Amino acid sequence: MAEQKSETFWQWTECNWKDPDVGWKDARFITVGIDVGSVSSQACIMADGKIFAYGNMRTGSDSPTSARNALDFALKVTDLPEERMDYCVGTGYGRVNVPFADRTVTEIACHARGANFMYGPKVRTVLDVGGQDIKVIQCDEKGKVMNFLMNDKCAAGTGRGMEVFADLLGVSITDVGDRSFQYDGAEPDAVSNTCVIYAKSEATGLLRSGWTTEQVLAAYCRAMAERIFSLIKRLGIEPEFAVTGGMAKNRGVMGRLMTMISLERMETHWDTQIAGAVGAALFGHALCQRGKGRR
Amino acid sequence: MLANYGYSDASGDFYITIDTDRCDGCSACVSACLEAVFVVVDEDPNDPLRDDPVAMVAADKRRKLTYVCGPCKPAADRPPLPCVTACKAGAISHSW
Repeated sequence: MAEQKSETFWQWTECNWKDPDVGWKDARFITVGIDVGSVSSQACIMADGKIFAYGNMRTGSDSPTSARNALDFALKVTDLPEERMDYCVGTGYGRVNVPFADRTVTEIACHARGANFMYGPKVRTVLDVGGQDIKVIQCDEKGKVMNFLMNDKCAAGTGRGMEVFADLLGVSITDVGDRSFQYDGAEPDAVSNTCVIYAKSEATGLLRSGWTTEQVLAAYCRAMAERIFSLIKRLGIEPEFAVTGGMAKNRGVMGRLMTMISLERMETHWDTQIAGAVGAALFGHALCQRGKGRR
Repeated sequence: MLANYGYSDASGDFYITIDTDRCDGCSACVSACLEAVFVVVDEDPNDPLRDDPVAMVAADKRRKLTYVCGPCKPAADRPPLPCVTACKAGAISHSW
């Protein structure tokens, strides 16, 4: 008799959503933005520049399928026929693998534009902590990129690094932020912030020497915040400051980062993970308006 | 737009910055660089609403800048960088 058990802690919840107040039937342009990232994929459907529906899923091993699935997931909550789409923009790591995209735009441009939409025109610095890279973008009041910096050479400080830690410590990824504050005494020193693999082995060592899970989480959240801070410093921080990507939902990293920056970050009611897809759909809308659409 | 291509790692910051407001897409940097670090594209993927060609750092070189730029950066008596010299608009700069 053999028994097999498998439990994962890194998995976050996939979701889709539709705005009941936005209709597509009278819309002039229906544009779609597809953001195929290294860890998550989003599809955002816009009717005349307003968010009509979106879907947010994990990226599979195959980008074209992930793009398709994300779009189907968003369409599922609507009665919109796919043929009604006027223009589709692909973005993210897998952007060249979105078979139904009319054009590709980098995630840099899309996140700036998306943050401008989600947080309002006051945003000047956008930090996107994605699954596999960190981007710092400075933009103007229209969401046009003025200066950008991206680190995609190393997984340190990225969402995937946090997923690895959630699995190692057996803490659900959604609880990591809160749990990282639940310890007694002084905050532990940060673990290595240059490499996820070294950080992981350091964390294992700390657990072995009697540290609690919460202390190790605190040490890692601090390491990630330090890593992200060093990138932001290079570009400079101009308020207002907004964060996009899945890591924006992690209070443990963001709380520590904002203390280092000594700024408040902006608030939004939108899901921060969809920023890239929102920006892509907005570019689709802008291109259609300029007569550069499909028709 | 200041487009910074490159990376930071434990040994330092390695970025080539292209000022796209100065760049006119003339391609002088493309022919000046022996390692084919630069490409000129008709549509700037970082600025979809721009209509003019623009120079970028080639995607396959962005994570290897310390190695591909190495030959132009000897430790002593560093001559002017060919790409920076070739760019009459002064759009290219290196962080290291």
